[in-house]
Amino acid sequence: MNSESAARQITTVEGIASDPLRKVVQSHTIKIENLDVYIEENHVLKNIDLTIPEKSITCIIGPSGCGKSTLLKTLNRMHDENPEVRISGVVKVDDENIYDNKVNVIEVRKKMGLLAQRPCPLPMSIFDNVAYGPRIHGVRKRKVLNQTVIQYLQYVGLWDEVKGRVRKSASRLSIGQQQRLCLARGLAIEPEYILGDEATSALDPISTKKIEELFIELKEKYTVILVTHTLRQAKRIADYIVFMYLGKIIEAGPTEEIFNNPKMQLTRDYLSGSFS
Amino acid sequence: MNSTGSRQMKLRKNEERLFKVLMIGSSVLIMGLLLYIVGTILYRGLPSLNLDMITKLPGGGFYLGKEGGIANAIIGSLYLIAGSLALSMLISIPLVIFINFYLPRNSALTGLIRFSFDILFGIPSIVYGAFGFALMVFLGLKASLLGGIIAVALLIMPIMMRSFDEVARLLPGDLSEALLALGSTKYEMSKVILKKLMPGMMTSVLLATGRGIGDAATVLFTAGYTDNIPASLGQPAATLPLSIFFQLGSPVEEVQNRAYASAIILTVIILIISLSARWISSRYSKK
Amino acid sequence: MKYRRVLKDRLARYYMLGIAVLSLLLILIIGLSLLFKALPIMKEHSLGSLLSSSSWKPFKGEFGFLPFILSTLYVSLIAIILALPAAMLTSIYLNSYASDRLRRFFEPVIDLLSGIPPVIYGVWGTLTVVPLISEKIAPHFVEFSAGYSVLAGGLVLAIMILPLLISILLEVFRSMPEEISDASLSLGATKWQTVKKVMLRRSIPGIIAAIVLAISRAFGETIAVLMVCGNIPIVPKSIFEACYPLPALIANNYGEMLSMPGYESALMLGALLLFLIIVLFNGVSRITLNRIERRFQL
Repeated sequence: MNSESAARQITTVEGIASDPLRKVVQSHTIKIENLDVYIEENHVLKNIDLTIPEKSITCIIGPSGCGKSTLLKTLNRMHDENPEVRISGVVKVDDENIYDNKVNVIEVRKKMGLLAQRPCPLPMSIFDNVAYGPRIHGVRKRKVLNQTVIQYLQYVGLWDEVKGRVRKSASRLSIGQQQRLCLARGLAIEPEYILGDEATSALDPISTKKIEELFIELKEKYTVILVTHTLRQAKRIADYIVFMYLGKIIEAGPTEEIFNNPKMQLTRDYLSGSFS
Repeated sequence: MNSTGSRQMKLRKNEERLFKVLMIGSSVLIMGLLLYIVGTILYRGLPSLNLDMITKLPGGGFYLGKEGGIANAIIGSLYLIAGSLALSMLISIPLVIFINFYLPRNSALTGLIRFSFDILFGIPSIVYGAFGFALMVFLGLKASLLGGIIAVALLIMPIMMRSFDEVARLLPGDLSEALLALGSTKYEMSKVILKKLMPGMMTSVLLATGRGIGDAATVLFTAGYTDNIPASLGQPAATLPLSIFFQLGSPVEEVQNRAYASAIILTVIILIISLSARWISSRYSKK
Repeated sequence: MKYRRVLKDRLARYYMLGIAVLSLLLILIIGLSLLFKALPIMKEHSLGSLLSSSSWKPFKGEFGFLPFILSTLYVSLIAIILALPAAMLTSIYLNSYASDRLRRFFEPVIDLLSGIPPVIYGVWGTLTVVPLISEKIAPHFVEFSAGYSVLAGGLVLAIMILPLLISILLEVFRSMPEEISDASLSLGATKWQTVKKVMLRRSIPGIIAAIVLAISRAFGETIAVLMVCGNIPIVPKSIFEACYPLPALIANNYGEMLSMPGYESALMLGALLLFLIIVLFNGVSRITLNRIERRFQL
């Protein structure tokens, strides 16, 4: 797509890219403007400007401590729980600033499906795990719940593996299965965006592969934003890459460009493995 | 190695040997004490232990040797501890959830609450009994089941709170984060977390029960005493510790022996409770 | 979003806040209530005379609390002096030297000991300890002792606080990470040296906490001590003399509370004194402990 190549825009001083993906055609989007995040005294995220393209996989990469997870958490307002965090700036989801006072945080979170690093099954049956989200958001009819649960378990490829024991405790599943369950659970609230925070780093290679395949399927319907700790994963599945370092976005763009033709020296160094 | 070196070695070795002897000695001593105490109670109590003791109410003159049993005290104690547990749980469980999952991590309020419960933990039962009494007078209550419930609830609250708090603190933040990320309200999140903490809660309940059921000083002023089973909260209730105490005060030896039998009953109840607590906590940690 | 969800959430939060506030005030409420009830007697006699006089003759309106305060202190002190070494030795042994089987065997023993209701210790004390003191121990030291004495109270209390001490000490020792003791051993230290220089030093805050807890228990134990201490309101001059700790005073005279003027108020003052001693003791040691712990954290 031509517009993608037009997304290469390096505008500000110091050569740091400012919202380079802006030009990509958008309707359901996340637009981050002027975002600064302070945790206690530390300036963790510095003046972030970013547009996340819809219905694609965007991978945020960078060395540990660069602020990737912090950035991800601003998207579903998880920092609300931590009074030591100060946020300034605008995060627009579907053209609405989610940090506006009038916005209900629960509605925001409903739009975001989160897959965390360590699978965290709820202390209930497999069925109840998936049904939890719909239930709290008001779905009561048993038929509807049944359908929803089966649908999403099928989608993540778990249904065949668990259909005989759907009423049994979820903690008995293997880690790979648990992570897929958490994905199904997140999908069941019918979000628009899927957030993954190093979602496969605790898994074995086979489970990792399964989850990656799911992400690729998911991008047809959802906008997927992943924090990745391995460059290889980013190379495998990402459509767009955002490279961060010490709280700033250094470079961002389509995967091929970033990997084959990085513009910044820092990016080049990181990709070549000089630091990680 | 020079001579001072080997002298040092010798001193060290002797010191270690000495302490080893002392350690084993003290462990043996404690073991022996336990056996001795248990033995004494069993020796004097078993002969008088029979089904009647558990199932019958004290007849007139029970404390002077006539027939009957301590069903009044058994049921009274059970009613009382049940009520106290309910009251205490209503307060300590939400409180623990509040300080662990609602308040921010290093909140001053959390530290203050834990500190004040540490102090409450150390307050002797007789003070709770006296305070309970003062409270009852203020509220216009008579010595009754309700009075006892309040006093014992005060006693067991810090115990329950501390034990449950320990468990809640250990819970990693993943679960609460996952729940919130799904769009739960904090209340909905708390309900699920409570489910996860259920074994820990059971342990604290059992711990509190063990302490509350065997204590005499709290119920002395507040629960009264009766030979009957209380039919309502306003009626006085007999409790096992007091029943034992009163039977011991009797000049008749047979009644004193029955006191030992009652003691066996109470000890067995407490044993069952504390073993269950241990069993639950070991099952829980295996997961 | 549905209003009912919001409502439930909000109600839950208010409830929790309310409880939090109440629980913070609880200590104050207890103290103030006791104070209120104790006021009558304090209006009649000065606090100083109440605390320093040893004359306890309620019928004459004389209320000297000194015997009771001192009895409480003496008995608790003896209990700790007797129980602490034994508890330390046993805990160290169980933690660092004993085999797994022995440990598993001992744990129910500790549970059993702590499960025995205080009344029983009292009874056992009357049966065993009192005659022991009166016939076997005291004759070596004094002319006569009825057996019901400070020593009896202290001994019984010591046995009662043993399980508490042992279980806390075990927990404290258990919490030391193996790496530290491994490091010490790999430097060539013997097990005993490791225990002495590493484990014990590191566990000092925990040990102090255990002692504080045990002393609190000892201060406040009522029934068991009541049965073996003699209940005579004088300041004991030797451990073989009878004594009358505060909790026993309150418990024994509960029945007569309403029959004499000022008696109820006097007993409430006793409760208040006990309360204050313990709150101060616990409060100060908690704060000191926190400070020590902070210094120990590296």
